[in-house]
Amino acid sequence: MDSNDNSNGTRHTVRRLDRNGLDALTAALQADGRMVIGPRVRDGAIVYDPLDGAGDLPWGLIDEQDGGRYRLVPGPDNAAFAHVVGPQSWKKYLYPARQTLWRGRRDGPRFSVEVPAEPTPRTAFIGVRACELAAMAVQDRVFGVRAHSGQSVGQQQYTDTGYAARRAAAFIVAVNCSRAGGTCFCASMGTGPKAESGYDIVLTELSDGGESVFVAEGGSEAGWALLDRLDAVPAGDGDIRAAERVVDATRAHMGRAMVPGVNRLLAENLEHPQWDAVASRCLSCANCTMVCPTCFCTTVEDTTDLTGEHVERWRRWDSCFTVDFSYIHGGSIRQGGASRYRQWMTHKLSHWHDQFGTSGCTGCGRCITWCPVGIDITEEARAIHDDCHRTDDAGTGRGG
Amino acid sequence: MDGALLPRPAPADDPMVPRTFRIERRVAEVDGCFTLTLKATDGRPFAFQPGQFNMLYVFGVGEVAISVSGDCRDLNTLTHTIREVGTVTRAMARLRPGDVIGVRGPFGRPWPIEEAYGNDILFVTGTVGLAPLRPLIFEVLNRREHFGKVVICYGSRGTHDILYEKQLHQWRGRFDLQVHVTVHSAPSGYRGRVGSVANLVKIARFDPEHTTAYVCRSETMTRPAVQALHDRGITSDRIYVTLERNMKCGVGFCGHCQMGPSFMCKDGPVYRYDTIEDIFTVREL
Ligand SMILES: Cc1cc2nc3c(=O)[nH]c(=O)nc-3n(C[C@H](O)[C@H](O)[C@H](O)COP(=O)(O)OP(=O)(O)OC[C@H]3O[C@@H](n4cnc5c(N)ncnc54)[C@H](O)[C@@H]3O)c2cc1C
Ligand code: SF4
Ligand code: SF4
Ligand code: FES
Repeated sequence: MDSNDNSNGTRHTVRRLDRNGLDALTAALQADGRMVIGPRVRDGAIVYDPLDGAGDLPWGLIDEQDGGRYRLVPGPDNAAFAHVVGPQSWKKYLYPARQTLWRGRRDGPRFSVEVPAEPTPRTAFIGVRACELAAMAVQDRVFGVRAHSGQSVGQQQYTDTGYAARRAAAFIVAVNCSRAGGTCFCASMGTGPKAESGYDIVLTELSDGGESVFVAEGGSEAGWALLDRLDAVPAGDGDIRAAERVVDATRAHMGRAMVPGVNRLLAENLEHPQWDAVASRCLSCANCTMVCPTCFCTTVEDTTDLTGEHVERWRRWDSCFTVDFSYIHGGSIRQGGASRYRQWMTHKLSHWHDQFGTSGCTGCGRCITWCPVGIDITEEARAIHDDCHRTDDAGTGRGG
Repeated sequence: MDGALLPRPAPADDPMVPRTFRIERRVAEVDGCFTLTLKATDGRPFAFQPGQFNMLYVFGVGEVAISVSGDCRDLNTLTHTIREVGTVTRAMARLRPGDVIGVRGPFGRPWPIEEAYGNDILFVTGTVGLAPLRPLIFEVLNRREHFGKVVICYGSRGTHDILYEKQLHQWRGRFDLQVHVTVHSAPSGYRGRVGSVANLVKIARFDPEHTTAYVCRSETMTRPAVQALHDRGITSDRIYVTLERNMKCGVGFCGHCQMGPSFMCKDGPVYRYDTIEDIFTVREL
């Protein structure tokens, strides 16, 4: 992380930025040699792409989201962050969809292997939501980044050094959500809508009808130092209280909710008939795993040039929804759609706890929005939950 | 403790990047199997523990998980026994001494040994399953004084596909080792035993209360093997099994080897049976 001369010492001042202030923030990050990446509109959706300045943000737009449905429409205010999350997540940058693992060269019967030395770009992510900070913390555990001390369950023996380097090179400007999307359920997952940790700066957008202002707080020394450089006015008590009210209102308007106790519920219902019910609707298209900000599975690809002398080994995103994913000689383990859907959902909500000491679901809702047939992970969990409740009430407990 | 004699493998620098090894010897075995003896091209030793596996890479073709089948006290020779089944293993079968292959590893949890001190030892295996078990058998024999009876129950399909037949014959000659071999079908006049490995478990002599069993069979054959052990009174907490899943990385990053809560590449491939008993019976997990 950056170190800047912070002559103010320990007392930090929460700032109030206007639209120009936000532009000054991105300019300052660019001046530090960072590629600034944030939400902007491309092909009818909000994606995470490089920004020239704050002007590239999706001002005035909100996203209508529901099962299998996404649409950008004008919002009530000219706000920069009134939208929620789109089809992409920050893993696109932290954990690219295709990476070269190494290159090999044949030399007679021998061959040699070299790892391409790719420099890690210095980045700044703007507009990172609470659920996305949670997703990064989850992937930190998966890839053995020891940022979160006290971790006991599922400590990885190895560290993905590429991921760790890209993570360390990213400056994070989080945004507290001022509006919950139709498929959001972070409140029930305990991950949002307020960014609690894992950022350098957090913004809360206040946009009561007029032009937006942003209450800006540091989350790291580097973040506070950058804010001090911006020449922005201190936020007033009223601004700070208004920012709290914004987050409280968002929390009260979640699109969806996950049933409580879902970890044990699923672990105890691996053979529930609901898996077949959902399989009859699921297309095994893998969209849900591609848009999921914590899904980490990959496969490898070997490419050879025409001479056969040079090879490359690639690692690329993969999904447990493919039949090949579990292939072993003689046939795949997960032949049926039911077992593949079960793998996805039990992994996210249950087995992840055993593996990494945390849920693999952050409640971002992407899998619901981007499922072509609108399958809803919260509804599928609720169906099993309600069924177990019914049988429990009847005294024939399935053990829910 | 004897365990201290075994070098503990250090995590590789970058676990995704292979070291290169030269094929020293290639021995054709039964049933489409062959054994490769490898030496590191950089001359550095290779330490592993019985039950661990490597990811073996054939230049330009691909990489597969293969258990080490040699002696863990020989740090300068790496031995693998491989059955030709598909793309990568077929390409591997064509390699000859002098050719070089890539090796990543060792990965996975080994067969526990110290836990069985004081017990009788029962190995239950068949066909090529003997290969991943052989380093453990070597090590149990190396530390023979720590164990009571030691029994090998081995089964193959026919009389011509008994893996490491010479080795089995040699072990049979030891007074401190019971070796039972059975074949599934045999030509008339065959003087050996015909039938299932489960039947061998029935006749083997050991003290069920104080026996540790190591099972290395295919997943479908593991069930009847475990059943036979249960029938003889060996409880699940003294049975170790090994399982197989697709593996792309070996280090817990690719997700392919999952079985419910477990990653087979780092939590397995060796499991104490009671720790997976519940999920082992769930179909297509
Ligand atoms: C921990 C472990 C230890 C093993 N030890 C041995 C051993 O000592 N000797 C031996 O002969 N075989 C062993 N196997 C099985 C061996 O990995 C497969 O036979 C091999 O992957 C087949 O690859 P292929 O390309 O020749 O076959 P294909 O059928 O062409 O397979 C295509 C791909 O599917 C995957 N795959 C196929 N079968 C398996 C399988 N059984 N397990 C995992 N991935 C598979 C591989 O990625 C493979 O490249 C072991 C497997 C595991 C998981
Ligand atoms: S849900 Fe599927 S693709 Fe996603 S991390 Fe789990 S196994 Fe991998
Ligand atoms: S749940 Fe929906 S998005 Fe996921 S694989 Fe099935 S059809 Fe595709
Ligand atoms: S083999 Fe990749 S996670 Fe186990």
